[in-house]
Amino acid sequence: MKFLPLVWAALMRRKARTILTLLSIIVAFLLFGMLDAVRVAFTVRDSLEGASRLVTSSRLSIIQPLPYADLAQIQRVPGVRQVAFANWFGGIYQDRRNFFANFAVSPNYLDLFPEFVLPKEQRAAFDHTRTGAIVGANLARRYNFKVGDRIPLQATIFPHKNGDNTWTFDLVGIFHAREARDRGQEDQMMFHYDYFDEGRTFGHGTVGWYAVQISDPDRAGQVARDIDRLFANSADETRTQTEKQFSLDFARQIGDIGLIVSSIMGAVFFTILLLTGNTMSQAVRERIPELAVLKTIGYSNRRVLWLVLAESLLLAIAGGCIGLLLAMAGAGMLSAAFRGGAFEVGLQSWRNGIGIMLVLGFAVGLPPAWRAMRLRIVDALNAH
Amino acid sequence: MRWITQILEITWMSLATLPRRPGSALVIVGGIAGVVGVLVALLAISEGFQAVLAKAGRMDDAIVLRKGASAELNSGLSREDTVLIAQAPGILHDRTGNPIASAEVVVVANLRKRSSGTESNVEIRGVGPRVWELRSNVHIIEGRRFRPGMRELVVGQGAQREFAGLEVGRTIRLGLQQWQVVGMFASGDAHESELWGDPEVLQGAYQRTGYQSVTVKLTDVDAFDTLKAALSSDPRLTVDVQRTRDYYATQSEDLTRLIRILGVAIAAIMGIGAVFGALNTMYSAVSARSREIATLRALGFPAVPVVVSVMLEAALLALAGGVIGAAIAWALFDNYTASTLGANFSQVVFAFRVTPGLILSGLLWSLGIGLVGGLFPAIHAVRQPVTVALRAQ
Repeated sequence: MKFLPLVWAALMRRKARTILTLLSIIVAFLLFGMLDAVRVAFTVRDSLEGASRLVTSSRLSIIQPLPYADLAQIQRVPGVRQVAFANWFGGIYQDRRNFFANFAVSPNYLDLFPEFVLPKEQRAAFDHTRTGAIVGANLARRYNFKVGDRIPLQATIFPHKNGDNTWTFDLVGIFHAREARDRGQEDQMMFHYDYFDEGRTFGHGTVGWYAVQISDPDRAGQVARDIDRLFANSADETRTQTEKQFSLDFARQIGDIGLIVSSIMGAVFFTILLLTGNTMSQAVRERIPELAVLKTIGYSNRRVLWLVLAESLLLAIAGGCIGLLLAMAGAGMLSAAFRGGAFEVGLQSWRNGIGIMLVLGFAVGLPPAWRAMRLRIVDALNAH
Repeated sequence: MRWITQILEITWMSLATLPRRPGSALVIVGGIAGVVGVLVALLAISEGFQAVLAKAGRMDDAIVLRKGASAELNSGLSREDTVLIAQAPGILHDRTGNPIASAEVVVVANLRKRSSGTESNVEIRGVGPRVWELRSNVHIIEGRRFRPGMRELVVGQGAQREFAGLEVGRTIRLGLQQWQVVGMFASGDAHESELWGDPEVLQGAYQRTGYQSVTVKLTDVDAFDTLKAALSSDPRLTVDVQRTRDYYATQSEDLTRLIRILGVAIAAIMGIGAVFGALNTMYSAVSARSREIATLRALGFPAVPVVVSVMLEAALLALAGGVIGAAIAWALFDNYTASTLGANFSQVVFAFRVTPGLILSGLLWSLGIGLVGGLFPAIHAVRQPVTVALRAQ
């Protein structure tokens, strides 16, 4: 600690250079923080409830509906606790660009998803309102929906049998995600399957997918196989997966987001390493006579090494922390800009970030520090 | 004129010292190469995706969907609808007097992807017998066309590259049926990501009766209005008509916009970092040469050539970085094929495209960064009093 003033003096030797270096490190970590928030948002997480849920959909393809009659059969499979079902609606609110997920669900659907918290009286209202719909808090905020509103959706797949393309729903509840990290899921709307099935012009008696709650997550594989065996070689074969696998497969269809993000981060850090590395070695080169003086008055080689390293570590850590703090603010803006996104610079990003700060600090500081350590006093004093 | 020679002389003088300070030159070149590389690579994704869909559309083709359906997969038309649509005016007829129209079934199947080994959605399109005249850019490059009424498929080149088990001669399972792959086609557009077969046989496999769309060839570009008027005034039909060019352009809009915003935002943030790097380098370059600059000033060189020459040096280094960055992006990513979910909820295979326009905008970015990075150090250089600078060690 007592050497801090010395390190500080070295950094302040050329203020402009230090500030510019610091700023570029800040920029790098700002970008790192935001990209990592995107990566984390696309990573499928384990959750207690998710582990005990299976998704049964048509084996032919996700767009192919399954008969409603499968419900009773799936319910009888040993290990199955509860079965709910849903059907994608794909309605549009006002403009095609206002995309959000909306689907019809069975009456017990919410029982399987305790991570969505709906006030008790709103749940009761939903249960009793045929045309009732519930939306996530995020969605409600975006379109200023309030309980009691009538929400019209333009059908894209299912025209209403009254000849009109518009379906109207009564908003009876607004649900919240129980945990902050699930806030991305607050961007959906659900309504009753019965109302939907009655109003559509085709596909009656079919559902999009079944959500199956099982009593023992460890037996998920066995239960999934048992369900699929029920319908093997029938006209409607099924494919049952854990919810996590289902989400993973879906995320993978969009593209390898992890790969894209890490390639960009690689390019960013390569660039930053280049920028700061060069500046650091330049800074040390200029100070060679000074370092020699330090050695002359009795500073050990090791101490000189640490003095130089401390400089780069200080820069990397200070810049990194400021950058990540900015990224926390930036991620909030990102979430606001991209509907349905819940981007957050969380603990994991901080942990990765601090690791990178240390690596950066050492990688950049070590070569000049090494040189400073190996310096022979006579040569160094002679340098100018 | 004298200024120009002065500028060139000073710039040349400083560039000649570059080999002695490779590190600092590398900062500008490398930093900007990073920015431009990332920018060009990201924008190449959106260019490629847009291009593959844009090529699928034409001015003289029209697509008819059920009203309100934003994509074929969402649409549904009955057999009677498709017959009525094909009889509408404005549609080109072939020599035998049949309208060149294709009533199509669009469904999705799960197939294993080569790259990840996991199942992904592939689009299967049931196409009418006149599709080969309608989409004349589609040609069979291996095997033969499917025969109507048979469980046969021809696969797009892109689909075959992306999914396993689509080689000619192989069979795939759709529900309980076995379908044979009998040919492979190339079209250079989004249809290459699809599998084509007989629409009626496909309906059987998916237990459905309707169609998703009708695509027709117009007699000429202007016949679109005739067709549209006829279809929208027909009380038996509730459909939307679009030129295929407009339809496919809309399909790429969302993703393209998203990638553009992301690409420019990331490059802008990186660009700020690169400006700091360039400033750093140029400040130290200028301060290392402050005596020389002061000497020049003492000799009577005016301020402007000095300022311009410093900026020119920064700009040249930046441009070199831009060229390297764009070249790397081009070498790594031009024609790099990838696939993502398209509007029909299935994989669209496309190749990244590093176009001359993209390279140009990358180079403009690098010039901008270089000029900003050079400006302040340049002003700093001439602001210093000559007497002070001359005495500096």
